[in-house]
Amino acid sequence: MDDFQYHAPSSVDGVLSALRGADDGKVLAGGMSLVPVLKLGLAAPSHLVSLRNVPGLSDIEDHGHCLKIGACCTHAQVAASSVVQERIPALAAMAGRIGDPQVRNCGTIGGSVAHNDPAADYPAACVGLGATIITDRRKISSDDFFGSMFETALEEDELVTAVCFPIVARAAYAKFENPASKYAVAGVMVAQGDDGVRVAVTGAGAGVFRVAEMEAALADDFSADAVAGIGVSSDGLLSDNVAGAEYRAHLVTVMARRAVEACG
Amino acid sequence: MPAVTMTVNGVSRSADVEGRTLLVDFLREQLALTGTHVGCDTSQCGACVVHMNGQSVKSCTCLAVDADGADVTTIEGLANGADLHPMQEAFREHHGLQCGFCTPGMVMSAIDLVNRNPNPSEGEVRHWLDGNFCRCTGYHNIVKAVMAGADAMGGGS
Repeated sequence: MDDFQYHAPSSVDGVLSALRGADDGKVLAGGMSLVPVLKLGLAAPSHLVSLRNVPGLSDIEDHGHCLKIGACCTHAQVAASSVVQERIPALAAMAGRIGDPQVRNCGTIGGSVAHNDPAADYPAACVGLGATIITDRRKISSDDFFGSMFETALEEDELVTAVCFPIVARAAYAKFENPASKYAVAGVMVAQGDDGVRVAVTGAGAGVFRVAEMEAALADDFSADAVAGIGVSSDGLLSDNVAGAEYRAHLVTVMARRAVEACG
Repeated sequence: MPAVTMTVNGVSRSADVEGRTLLVDFLREQLALTGTHVGCDTSQCGACVVHMNGQSVKSCTCLAVDADGADVTTIEGLANGADLHPMQEAFREHHGLQCGFCTPGMVMSAIDLVNRNPNPSEGEVRHWLDGNFCRCTGYHNIVKAVMAGADAMGGGS
């Protein structure tokens, strides 16, 4: 790993000015994605700006119509939160299946969405539940936030500060996971809320995507049978030593069906 | 180089480290606490698990500078003199190890589980050990050891 300058400012403004003063700065939250990337030499930032001294980024607030989850909330914190368990149980359950206990103790929601690993769980949870990403300067809908792998709408010096999840009538997440890493080979979040039905897929493609045909079918008939016969094209899906593109396409339908069944 | 100060096994330790120094390398190479192991170095195997501020973490994936001010416990901090921690004793009693390489991480991870869940079921133990790999035992005796250790701890710490 190349060395870098390390900063740990005590405010969001301090983080932003440290990023602006860096040739190639990166934000360090829990480090569960970034540190492995650095160790593999896939990134070599000149500066790392840690969030560990910034207060107020680890709160979970119930705003009635939505839950606002601070960017530095760990997966363990979201999974164990009684508020999340009660208000959006699918989100708590999803967070409790990310990685392993030690990864959940460190990894954060803000880090996960900003990194946008194509096999991460949070992108499907955000898009599936219709979440809004809050940054230091604006609010971005999940549909606009996530790009292709490792790409987001964030500017170079922009910091995710929270994610707001609307309360939905019902939702569930089903994933087929890599047995070693627990990353999603294919993961599907299905939710029925005020703005209709959403079906969001992670792990299978180069980035999270929605399946319009399944959403329309579930809007007419919210049942497992409604999606069981709907396939997705394997064009553009990922293919690796764990699963080929055609198998991933198959898994999307199976996971969607299981998620709908789990909605009850 | 940045200076870090952290409490390790109850003792305040300070040193200058490079930003890129991993917590596990700081513990092993600068503090000579070699009970914490490096297995995969890719945050999957769990041989490097220590407690930071009361929670189990993979020290191969934490930066030493980011642990500034933290309270860290390693496997060396568990025993009270010659008296093993109940979880260590349970691993010895139930043959929860063969080569012993994964054992420090297993024990540290298991104690974190029992601190959160004093009476875990066998299924909960197996699920919790997702992040700790053993290449010798087949896990059965490790699970027995963690169940017995949980009983012996009598509800945490």
